[in-house]
This record gives sequence, C-alpha cells and structure tokens, in this order.
Amino acid sequence: MNVVSLVLQAGLRDLSRNRWIVAYTLCFLGIAEGLFWFGGTGPQVLLSLLNLVLLVLPLVALVFGTIHVYASREFVELLLAQPVPRRQLFTGLYLGLALPLAGAFVLGAGIPFAVHAREGASLGGVVALLCAGVGLSLAFAAIATWIALRTDDRLKGIGLALGAWLAATVVYDGLVLGAAAAFGNYPLERPLLALMLANPVDVARVLVLTQLDVSALMGYTGALFERTFGTVLGTGVAAAALIIWCAVPLGLAERRFTRRDF
Amino acid sequence: MITLDTIRKRFGALEVLQDVSLAVRPGAVTALVGPNGSGKTTLIKIVLGLTRADHGALHVDGKLADDAGAYRRAIGYMPQAAHFPVNLRVGDVLDLVSQLRPGERIDDDLARAFAMDEVKDKLVGTLSGGTRQKVNAVIAFMFRPSLLILDEPTAGLDPLSSNVLKEKIRAVRGEGRSVLVTSHIMAELESLADDVAFLCDGRLRFSGSVAELLGHTGGSSLEDAIASLMRTERSVRRSVGELPGPVVAPPWFAPQPKGAI
Repeated sequence: MNVVSLVLQAGLRDLSRNRWIVAYTLCFLGIAEGLFWFGGTGPQVLLSLLNLVLLVLPLVALVFGTIHVYASREFVELLLAQPVPRRQLFTGLYLGLALPLAGAFVLGAGIPFAVHAREGASLGGVVALLCAGVGLSLAFAAIATWIALRTDDRLKGIGLALGAWLAATVVYDGLVLGAAAAFGNYPLERPLLALMLANPVDVARVLVLTQLDVSALMGYTGALFERTFGTVLGTGVAAAALIIWCAVPLGLAERRFTRRDF
Repeated sequence: MITLDTIRKRFGALEVLQDVSLAVRPGAVTALVGPNGSGKTTLIKIVLGLTRADHGALHVDGKLADDAGAYRRAIGYMPQAAHFPVNLRVGDVLDLVSQLRPGERIDDDLARAFAMDEVKDKLVGTLSGGTRQKVNAVIAFMFRPSLLILDEPTAGLDPLSSNVLKEKIRAVRGEGRSVLVTSHIMAELESLADDVAFLCDGRLRFSGSVAELLGHTGGSSLEDAIASLMRTERSVRRSVGELPGPVVAPPWFAPQPKGAI
C-alpha cells in the first residue's frame, strides 16, 4: 500500500472514533429528521437544511480542521522522520481530515432524505445539496489546513479560521449588498457574478438553488446567475467554481507543507 | 555514521546554528548537550530532514542526504514526547509506521520487553504518559536503523523501563550502530555516552570523547565537565559584552543589624 492510503486509513480510523465527528453526524441526522417529523415536505426540508449547511459546514470544517492540524503536529513530525515523500504524506493527512468531515455530513443529512424519499424532495436537489456540502467540507478543510500550516501560533490560527468563516458567511454578503446599493445606477451584472464566484458559500448556495425552482430565494446574484447561464450551464459553472475553491487552498497548503521547516 | 559539514541555520535575525561540523561515529553513543536554546533540537531536525539547513551538507552512511528522504531508512527517531492520535489503537500506530517502511527487518526486542501485546488493542488516549513513551521507544528501535536519534529518551519512564531502554541502547552500540542522544540528566548520559558534542548559542564548542572532555575541563564527572564548559562560555560572553556582568551590591547597601527598624 502506498503512503497516501496508509495515512488516509489512519486518519479515517482516528476521526471515525472522534466524538466531535460523531456528534456532528448525529446533529445533522437529528435536525433533518426533526424537520421531516414536524411536517416539512421534502423541498421545505431541503431549503431549511441548505441554510444550515451554508452556515455550519464552513464553521465546523474551519475550526475543527485548524485544531486537528495543530493537534497532529507532533505526530506529523514523527511521520516526516520516516522515509516518506512529503507530498504523499500531505495528501494522506488532508484526505484523512476532509473525507471524515464530508462523510459525516453525507451520512447525517443523506439518511433522512433516503428514509423520506417519497416526500417530494427532488433527487437532483438532494444530490446537489450533498455535493455542495462535500465541496464546502473539502474547500474549508483545505483553507483550515493552509491557515494552520502558515501560522505556528495556535490561538492566532484559530482566530484566523473564525475570521475566514465570518468573512465568507456574513461580511462578504454585506459588502456585496452594500456595493450593489452604492452603485445601483451602474450595470453591475457582470461584476456581481464575478463576486459571487469569489465566495465558496455563495457558489454552494447557487449550486443547490439552480436545481430547485425557487429563483426568488436565490437573491439578486443567484437570479442573475440563472438568467445568464441557464440551469445546466449554471450548475456546471458553480460546480467548477467549487472545485477551484477546493484546489487553490489545497495547492497553497501543499506548497507550504512541502517547503516549510517543522 | 553521520557527518554534518558546516551546517548553518537562521530563523529571521536569529542565527540558530553557525558552521556546525560533527561526526557521529558507529558503535558509539554521542551525547548532544547544551543549554536551552543552544540549537540541539534544530540540529536534530536538520538530520531528520524536518528542517532544511541554509548551508552545509549532511551525509548518512556516506550518502548525501537529500529532499527525497530515502536516507531516513537509516534513521530511527524517538521524539521527546509521544503525541499519537488519541483515537488510534496502539496496534494501529505500530502497524502504520511499520507499513510506511516496507521491507525493513523488524526488531521486536523492545516491543516484547515493554509487553506491547498487552496494550496493542488500547486506544492511545487511554494510555499513561509512560506507556506512550514506551510506544515511542518501540517505534524508534523497530527497524534496526544504523543511526538512532533519541531526544530525552527516558523522560516519563519508570526506573525498570528506563533500565530496559538503556540496556537496549548499549546493545545497539554493541552491534556497531550509532546513537545520538540528548538529555538534561547528566548522570544518565554519563552511564551511556562515549562521545560528547557540546553546543552553545548555535556553535559547537566541544566535540570528543568523554575522557577527553574530563581531561579538557578537569571535571570529575560529566556533569562537572558540562557545568565547567557552560561557566567558561558565560564568562567569555560576558567579557566580550554579550552578557551583563554579575550584579554587585552598591557600597551604601549593608545588612541591617538585628533589631533595627
């Protein structure tokens, strides 16, 4: 077996027994099941869960990921002292963090939809929600890894992770709205589309909403996005943007891991 | 055998290692000693490839160490503190490390001496500090490497386990392998070390056998000798103005007689 799969297996074993990951899975399971239980139909549950996913997934991936990378520091040094290439070790360590996070979400949110399959949620919408959740987990786990590798001070690293979460989920939308209001007399469609693609949370939101017939819920940029690209192309553009949002921080983190002094 | 040739390392404005050249000979235990912040850990990390030197070369068993890291097959490393993922079982950790080095001959003497079979199904998070340190030692000695790097190896071990580990270190030396060990417990080093490398402020101030060190400093024990080296270092630094001089009481200061208010 190669280094990546060995380190990945160890990561999966470790985090599958981690009480926070178990609680995270149960939390999504409980909330999704609760929404069905209290009379929500499939589409309603999907939309309610989407709002939760867009807020909670980045927060958990950033904070848990940063703490996990710091906590693994000495073990990583022990592994680096073995005759293994740094790049392969990094890939195994990253996947060992990101896949359990993504898997916990897929299990927690996916099981209730499978159980309540007859309650009207479109398959495309559920798959888009799960894919968006996986994409957000992978992207924000990569950002967390990059932050923890860039900053040796743990407190500062966790502060940066919380700052990144706040920026992506709250501040960014506020700034975009402010810009739209301030420059309302100008043609803003293209700049706003570009701004939307520059935030993974917005990209994930549009990825799911393009699968649902709820353009009123998309907000200004989302509606514009669907009108510009149409549903199929829009889904493709949003999915590609989310993949780029995984690849760029992952590349930066890998570069840092392979070059830095431990 | 490892050879370090004019190793330099700087972190920002701080020059941590300055032209350190050192040979760790086979069949000998070399004690790497020095005050806190002298550069011991950085030097060990450079040998392990965790930190890159700004200048200089490292040869392990005659081969130039490079970024690919294959030279680390010749090295077993025991860090000062054992930090393994708390939700892995001891067996998982040992299996992971052994699978990362496929094809290497396994030495399970220490695993048997420390009864690893009894704890292999336990989660790391449930182990005592001493047991984790035993796992740490087992990993370092697992592959019969030609160089062992041990950072405070007996820290946290009970006297019996500490004795077992020291016997293992002596056995490794007897097999002609090299051991580089750091410790602040001089009595422990005295019972193990053949050679001493003394680092201070990133410079190698002494390198030679324990007998040479005792002769050089006039000390009766390794602790005396190292203390003498550190005192000499401090007085030299003071004389060149790197350290402030000793605090001298001003002439107006005198102890008050008993009963004075």
